[in-house]
Amino acid sequence: MSAAARPSFGRLALNGAACLSLGFILLPLIFVTWLAFFRQEIPSFPPEGYSLKWFSAAASNKPFIDGFILSLQVGVLATLIGLALGVPASLALVRHRITLGPAVNTLLLLPLVMPGIVLGTALYVFQIETEIATGLPVLGSLGGLIAAHTLVVIPWVVRLVTASLTGFDRTIEEAAQNLGAGPLTTFWRVTLPSIRPGIVAAGLFGFVTSFGNLEMSLFLVGPGRTTLPIAILQYLEWKIDPTVAAASLIQIVLIAVAMVVTDRYVKLSRVV
Amino acid sequence: MARLSIEHLRKSYGDLTVVDDVTIDIADGEFLVLLGPSGCGKTTTLRMVAGFVPPSSGKLSIGERNVTALPPWKRNCGLVFQSYALFPHMTVAENVAFGLEMRKVAQAERSMRVAEALRLVQLTGFDGRYPRQLSGGQQQRVALARALAMEPDVLLLDEPLSNLDAKLRQEVRVEIRDLQRKLGLTTIMVTHDQEEALTMADRLVVMEKGQVRQIGTQRELYEKPADRFVAGFIGRSAFLDGEIAGNGRFRTKGGLDIACAAATGMGSATLALRPERIAVGGEAQGCPNHYEAKVEHASYLGALLDIHVSLSEHDRMLLQIPNRAGVAEPKPGETITIGWAQDAGLVYPREA
Repeated sequence: MSAAARPSFGRLALNGAACLSLGFILLPLIFVTWLAFFRQEIPSFPPEGYSLKWFSAAASNKPFIDGFILSLQVGVLATLIGLALGVPASLALVRHRITLGPAVNTLLLLPLVMPGIVLGTALYVFQIETEIATGLPVLGSLGGLIAAHTLVVIPWVVRLVTASLTGFDRTIEEAAQNLGAGPLTTFWRVTLPSIRPGIVAAGLFGFVTSFGNLEMSLFLVGPGRTTLPIAILQYLEWKIDPTVAAASLIQIVLIAVAMVVTDRYVKLSRVV
Repeated sequence: MARLSIEHLRKSYGDLTVVDDVTIDIADGEFLVLLGPSGCGKTTTLRMVAGFVPPSSGKLSIGERNVTALPPWKRNCGLVFQSYALFPHMTVAENVAFGLEMRKVAQAERSMRVAEALRLVQLTGFDGRYPRQLSGGQQQRVALARALAMEPDVLLLDEPLSNLDAKLRQEVRVEIRDLQRKLGLTTIMVTHDQEEALTMADRLVVMEKGQVRQIGTQRELYEKPADRFVAGFIGRSAFLDGEIAGNGRFRTKGGLDIACAAATGMGSATLALRPERIAVGGEAQGCPNHYEAKVEHASYLGALLDIHVSLSEHDRMLLQIPNRAGVAEPKPGETITIGWAQDAGLVYPREA
């Protein structure tokens, strides 16, 4: 018997650990999915039967729909603004020697590691102070919410785009210039397409982060302006029927579809 | 196509001068090779011509055009990069068309010229492929086609063959040279590969430490190297240190008296001899300079035998003899007779 034919103990242990971790990650998703189809109102095991009624309940729940539309708006705009700010910032950080460059880099990544509650509190206080100082309605406004979400999008953009730029062979920019392209044309025609996978991934992850953000948003939403995660939370305060599971499942499916579609155009596994 | 002139070109980074007063004139349609060890400033010189490195001083002209202050995109120099630098997200045809697009060449003419450029490098039919789908040699040809399609005034080649395997390199060498002749391209190539330089160039420029050591044809560089560095860099030389002992006489450190036509003037000097000009055995007896030498080491190199000998305690040298039938490889410790003609050696002032 050759050694290759008999898997070693180490190999088995590694596979076992991998399966365990994967199960740990997937288990909540599996339960949410299962729960969404339960017939009874109070979730209990085993299910009394299965039904699709919670999906129609979720789809016709006004707070959910309004929340979804707001989250979509905020997510898309925050992602676009985050990209518009983050891509040039990454270029500057990677390409030029900036005073305090590493410090700026850390600063831009900071919102990612800051607890949402802390970030929310800080922004809440800041927005109140701004309102007092300027007299403009900042707190609870759509603009204030988008600005805050932009803050959590930027770290993803900076992280993924600097990574793309670091591995980028600058001689192809020289080649473009040698062939007659000015700096701007070179950027649009050569640099940007080369870092596009990083930008697309940054946009996707930034959007998902914004879309799912709960803690920070709790501090910043105004009356009649509720994002989807907050709408779900508020619903859960009164009811625990599977409508929430159905709404979550719809979200999971939408995000999964977005990832699969994106992955067809840029290989996400290569950038993240 | 046009002639290119480089006048007193200099590049310094702080106290470090990497290109020092380089002046070269390249005739219309000439293939010039910049040759030198790594760090000699040849690549920096090429990058200054392309416009990627601003010169500290000096002047660059292409034809009648002074391009010293022009950015790279206004110079019309086609550069083939060592790494090829193809645009990975564009097809072969798009890569080749890029320069034409930048020049706003109309679509119909563009596709005609792309097809023509691809035909020249024998890549017809590869239009729709992406660079990653091509072999190294094919990528290299695309890079060449891309540079040729824009009809540059000057073609610049930065070690274009260094990433190819040995056999392919031989073929591509000939192809590039043929193409360059056919199109009458004024060309500068940078390389550290001596054989490549010798087989391709019309003229060569030997550079070292940022300076031009010598400009000339292969024959000029080999037969009349301007200094000790060139004598050792182009081909091989056996060097004997000593001093000039009057006109036509050279005395080595070890006290050997050598008749040498090139010895004139005074002072300490180095005598350089081409290893293959040194005769051995009976042939050596007839030479004006002949000596008993002790074999220290002999290497069998196929067509040639490399023999390291000592003439005295202080005089060691290298000689090469052709591997003819019946020639036995001398053994270490053996004493042989070696000799050379009066006009065989060149004398250079001794370098510190």
